[in-house]
Formats: sequence, C-alpha cells, structure tokens
Amino acid sequence: MALAMVKPVAAATVEQPRNAMVSIDSVTMSFGTFVAVENVDLTVADGEFLAIVGPTGCGKSTILNAIAGLLKPSGGRVSIDGNPVSGIQNDIGYLFQQDALLPWKTAIENVELGLLFKGVATAERRERSMMWLAKVGLKGFEQRYPHQLSGGQRKRVQMAQALITGPKVILMDEPFSALDIHTRHLMQNELLRLWQEERRAVVMITHDLEEAIALGDRVAVLAAGPRSRVIDSFDVDLARPRDVAEIKLDPRFMDLYRNIWASLRGEVEKSYERRD
Amino acid sequence: MNVATERLIQLGLLVAILGGWQLGVSTGVIDVFFFPAPVDIFNQIVSWVIDPSFYRHVTITLTETVLGYVIGTGLGVAAGVWLGLSRSAARILDPFIKGLNAIPRVVLAPIFVLWLGLGLWSKVALAVTLVFFITFFNAMQGVREVNPVVLANARILGAKRSELLRHVYFPAAASWILSSLRTSVGFAVVGAIIGEYLGASAGLGYLIAQAEGNFDAVGVFAGIIILAVFVLVIDRVLDVVENRLIKWRPNTAEEKTA
Ligand SMILES: Nc1ncnc2c1ncn2[C@@H]1O[C@H](COP(=O)(O)OP(=O)(O)OP(=O)(O)O)[C@@H](O)[C@H]1O
Ligand SMILES: [Mg+2]
Repeated sequence: MALAMVKPVAAATVEQPRNAMVSIDSVTMSFGTFVAVENVDLTVADGEFLAIVGPTGCGKSTILNAIAGLLKPSGGRVSIDGNPVSGIQNDIGYLFQQDALLPWKTAIENVELGLLFKGVATAERRERSMMWLAKVGLKGFEQRYPHQLSGGQRKRVQMAQALITGPKVILMDEPFSALDIHTRHLMQNELLRLWQEERRAVVMITHDLEEAIALGDRVAVLAAGPRSRVIDSFDVDLARPRDVAEIKLDPRFMDLYRNIWASLRGEVEKSYERRD
Repeated sequence: MNVATERLIQLGLLVAILGGWQLGVSTGVIDVFFFPAPVDIFNQIVSWVIDPSFYRHVTITLTETVLGYVIGTGLGVAAGVWLGLSRSAARILDPFIKGLNAIPRVVLAPIFVLWLGLGLWSKVALAVTLVFFITFFNAMQGVREVNPVVLANARILGAKRSELLRHVYFPAAASWILSSLRTSVGFAVVGAIIGEYLGASAGLGYLIAQAEGNFDAVGVFAGIIILAVFVLVIDRVLDVVENRLIKWRPNTAEEKTA
C-alpha cells in the first residue's frame, strides 16, 4: 500500500485533563514465564471512548481481562474510579468477543440478569429489559433462546445485557468482528447512539483500524508481543455525533488512518515475521 | 425416508422375526424347551396382565426402581456438582471413588440383604449403588465443562456463588445429567431386578426367578418382555421430561422450520 510512505504527523499523546475512570499503571501481565504485556500505562477519562488496536496475539484481550479483574497483573496496578481492581468487577459492562449469553435463558432473561443479581424487583426488571431489547432493535424477540437468534442479534442481546445496569466502564473485545459489513455499521451506529445518550468510559478492542477511528476519541496502538506495550496514542478530533459510514470519507479521517497505520504496520509485520 | 415408511419397515422386521420364530417352532427346527413359541409367551403375558395380583409385582418393582433412581441420582448430582466445583476435594477423594466404582455391584446384594433385610430397601440400595456413579460422573463433567466465557460473564454481571450454581452450573450440567438419567434408568431396573432375583418374595425379578426354578422358559421370556416394556415406558416418560426441561437446546423435538 502507498500509505506506507507517510510519516506519522504530530502523534498526539497529550494527557487528558478530565478525571481518570480507568487507570492502568505500569501493568505487566504474564502467563508463567511468558510475558504478554509489560509496563503498560493507559488512562481512560470519564466519558472517554478509547479504542485499542494492535497485531493479533499482542495482549489486547489480556489487558481488558486485567481491567475486568478476570486476570491478575504480575506487576503494576489497575484502578477503576480510584478504587484498585482486585477480583471480578461488578460495576463494569463487558462485551465479550465470544458468545457469552447463557444458552438456557431467553433473550429477555439474559438481558435482565444483571438487574436480577442486583436485587431489582421483577416488575421493574421486566420493564427495563423490554426497554433495552427495544433499544437494540429486538422488540418481539424476547422469548427467543440464543440458538434461535442470528449472530448479530445475539451480539445485540449481549450489548443490552452488558449495558442495562448502567456500568461505569464498558469493555468491548472486538464486539463486531464476526458481523458482516452492513450489520456492523448498523451496530456501530447503534453503539454510538447509546453512548451519546449516556456517556461512559469505554475501552474497545478492535482489529479494524477504521472502526477504531470512527468510534473512538483516542486510538492506542500496542506493539507486537511478547512484552507488548503501548507505542502510540492518537487523538481523534472528529466531530460528534458521527455516522460511521460517512465519516470514512472525511479527509481528516483519512489522514488519521494514514498516521495510525504507519505506526501499526511495522508491528503487524513484526508479529508475522515472528510466526515463521 | 419419511416416518411412515420407517414405521412400516420396523413393523415388517418385527413380523418377520416373530413369524420366523413361530414357524421354526411349529416345524420343529427350534426346541420349545429353550425357545418357547411366541404365541405361548404372548398367552402367558396376557394371563398375567389380566390377573390383578400381577400388578402387585409390578408395583413393587416400580417402587424399588423409582426410589433407587431418585435417591441415586439425587446423591449423584449433589456429589458430582460438589466435586466438580472443588478440585482439591475431587483429587483427595478420587482413589476412593474409583475403588468403590470398581466393586461389581452384584456381590453387594447379599450384604444389603444382610443389612436391610429381604424387603424393599435392600433392592433400593443395590439400585442406588448402580445409579449413583453414572449420574455422579456426568454431573461432575457437566460442571467442569461450563463455558468459561459464560461463567465470567455471569460473574461480571454480579452473580454470587449460590446464583452461579442456580443460573450457570446447574443448567450447564443439566444436559449431561439428563443424558445420564437415561442410562441410569436401565441400571435402576437392573438393580431392583437383581435384588429380587437373588432374594425376595415379590416383584418382576421374583417372577422370573420362580419361572426359572420351574424350568418354565415361557415364564422367563414373558418376564423379560414385560421388563423391556417396563423400561421403555419409563424411557418415554423421561423423553417428555427432558424436552420440558431443556427447551433451550437446539435440535430438540420441538424444533421445526416452518
Ligand atoms: N491462558 C494463557 N496461557 C498462556 N498464554 C496465554 C494465555 N492467554 C493468552 N496467552 C498469550 O498471551 C498473548 C496475548 O493474548 P491475548 O489473548 O491478549 O491476545 P490479543 O491481543 O487479544 O489477540 P487477538 O487480537 O488475536 O485476540 C498471546 O501470545 C497468547 O498466546
Ligand atoms: Mg483477543
């Protein structure tokens, strides 16, 4: 690609002045002797949408799991809203890359789980779940079991399930990668709309650089693993509300794409070299 | 192939087997002392079925089976879920469980008679020892194979331990447990029958043992067929129960693409 010639122009790595919702301080994650990520520093401000890109296997999911409290860092600290993370977090919403719905529960039963575990009364639970299913465009699918829904519909149920409790932090691990391009655009716009309604701190992992720029306030680039770290961070100063399909035609979008790709490209190549 | 054709072939096979058998008996190729004529067996079954005292035997065997089954699966599920969740307990108890499971259950029958007498409970105990391990291993496996992503999701949504059991572990293990319930029904019957066969004063096993004592092959065969029907009926009931309980699973009978 011709884009390779372009040098990164003014990669913005300015610290956000807003108060930090998620902060990751020199975190190292290892599996036995294998060090997946080392000395990662990342801060997500309240209401900020951070997108993380990086070559496959560099440790993106691992970082997300550390924020969620599913994995324990071997070094460094993670905190959410000032409280150190130890053990599973309950005030976050985690949209898993894989199917994470309970297959033995209907769509509505899945959506209301978070409220159920928080002790919300049945009537209110039902009402709010119905509302959320309608929000993600699944009115009328309440009584379907996950296997009776399409992949995109399941993702939407998962989204409603993760967001219904109004979590402080939303984590998303390649939420749309398994979807076809139309459904993906639809859901990206839906996500932006929901996020616009009620701004939360979002950390989204993606393979798709276009998606990262179209959705994020900031794009962080991870180096190829092992011992991956954050090598760059780009502010995306595109106006909101955005439409993911239209914004790709914006010249500033293309500039950003070139810059971030220039930074990412080397790492992607490195990760492939290592595989041979 | 449509259902009607399949049923027709099944019926044809049955007629061929029974007809051939009957023909073999009436032409003298088959010795009725060992293989009594189907007609005689049928008559024996009919004479039992119209005799009210026959149902006492059925009731007793059924009671033993159901009790052995319910107690055995209950204990099996409880123990299986517990050991599935606690790796250390599973490791500690492993040799004991394997050892117990290695004992051929038939040799326990006399001991149970010694402990519990000739009545109902010695048969129930034998059925329990057979049923327990099947359900136990399946429940344990079911709990261990819970999808870790689903589990993590439930925990992040705020499920506490008891809620995890109720909403994740039990339903996840349910299909394993249910499939083991199938196998264990057969074993519950086996336990009850063997118990009766070895020492009892009533029940289907006792009927068969009695017929055998009289070299009454017709009675033995009739008893075997009654037993088979008995198990098939219980199996049907389980079919219905299973479809009720696991309606979330793809490819169950209710699935129709219309
Ligand atoms: N449980 C584990 N045990 C050992 N190594 C692991 C484990 N989980 C992940 N790893 C390794 O850690 C590294 C980072 O994994 P991770 O899943 O975070 O990658 P990723 O960036 O999310 O990749 P992808 O984009 O393909 O999802 C990989 O090299 C992987 O092999
Ligand atoms: Mg990943």
